[in-house]
Amino acid sequence: MREIDVNEVIPKVRQMCMDANYFLGDDVKSALVNAEKNEESPVGKGILSDIIKNSEIARDQQVPMCQDTGFAVFFVEIGQDVHFTGGSITDAINEGVRQGYADGYLRKSILGDPIQRVNTKDNTPAVIHYDIVPGNKVKIIFAAKGGGSENMSEIRMMKPSDGVEGLKDFVLDRVRRSGGNPCPPIIVGIGVGGTFEKCAQIAKKSLLREIGSKHPDPYYAALEAELLEKVNKIGIGPQGLGGRTTALAVFIEAHPCHIASFPVAVNIQCHAARHKEVII
Amino acid sequence: MSEEKIKITTPLTDDVVRKLKIGTQVLISGTIYTGRDAAHKKMTDALGKGEPLPFDPKGQIIYFVGPAPAKPGKPIGSAGPTTSYRMNAYSPAMLDAGLKGMIGKGQMSEEVRDKLKEHIACYFLAIGGAGALIAKSIKEAEIIAYDDLGPEAVRKLTVEDFPAIVTFDCYGGNLFEEGVRQYSRE
Repeated sequence: MREIDVNEVIPKVRQMCMDANYFLGDDVKSALVNAEKNEESPVGKGILSDIIKNSEIARDQQVPMCQDTGFAVFFVEIGQDVHFTGGSITDAINEGVRQGYADGYLRKSILGDPIQRVNTKDNTPAVIHYDIVPGNKVKIIFAAKGGGSENMSEIRMMKPSDGVEGLKDFVLDRVRRSGGNPCPPIIVGIGVGGTFEKCAQIAKKSLLREIGSKHPDPYYAALEAELLEKVNKIGIGPQGLGGRTTALAVFIEAHPCHIASFPVAVNIQCHAARHKEVII
Repeated sequence: MSEEKIKITTPLTDDVVRKLKIGTQVLISGTIYTGRDAAHKKMTDALGKGEPLPFDPKGQIIYFVGPAPAKPGKPIGSAGPTTSYRMNAYSPAMLDAGLKGMIGKGQMSEEVRDKLKEHIACYFLAIGGAGALIAKSIKEAEIIAYDDLGPEAVRKLTVEDFPAIVTFDCYGGNLFEEGVRQYSRE
């Protein structure tokens, strides 16, 4: 049994909140540079160039690349040989968010209640997904999830008879209906299978993959490539004003499912794809 | 962006708005006001009751934005646009009250487009997710109403060469439709 004091977690979470919002990942940056080179629309090319410039200003001045600094979403993998001491791990993560969003001049976007709508003023509580894994380490992944792209996401309990063609139609329809709303170029995260809630969760988790990485299963790698090509034929383009670059990547995560079911979830991510991880 | 940009100053007149066709890139200077969901609800409720707005909307532009907090020494934090369709319910009443333009991202409704024609007004797009870049054109920021709403409070911004693209013009033009039609390969 390895003991970890939860107070050790707070400064690490604080730092991740700031770093994710200031520093765009190299994978996203190089995908944007590549897209700018290949974009046919002059307006689209200009927008991509400004988005790249924006990420450089954010990095140099250490300010958030987007004013929507997101819902703080965590995927936490806890080794089963770990024993937390010094308090609650959930409280520690929320304290890290509180400090990171205050000290980092990040926007506080969370309402304590969805109907009564009063801002909690410290961007807590976070949404935290815990997983127990073998070992004695703890892996904490932080993602800052913006509201504009989250709003364009959807889950559908499809019929087994809809098959993979039904999945493709749903994904393309979802992207078409989103237009410029989720700040294209986007990343399309697809969950397929599982139960209602599992499907949505794996769609979100798929968005953590590195852009340019291939799905380990050749079937899904081919499906991702086909969907990316089709999404980019729609013509939505940067910010929805027309062009070749609608998505930078399509990621799929599958899970075993019930004989009666074929759940498909589409989680849309804007070009400010912000996530960081730390292993303790 | 490569094409020529037109400089405009608020408040906007009918003559200026008539020159703005879809696809025109503008650099806006002067005063603009911020407002997003919660502030729009309060403002349109006020209009419904015949009460005054926090500012005179005649000829003015509202920017749909909830900025990040300002770092010390800066007027404002990152300040890119929020998604405009959520203001479809409120913008017609604001245009009826004299507003000449909105800045946001993404589509707006047919009803909004009709109101823009009726009142000779237009809808501009700012680049979503370019909040750090856009903030450089904002020189001053002052909260003038609804302080309790935090990032959603109404702010008076002084801007210099704020970059935007005319997306719905006063002639019924819609740059989203034109752009996607041109580049669709489906």
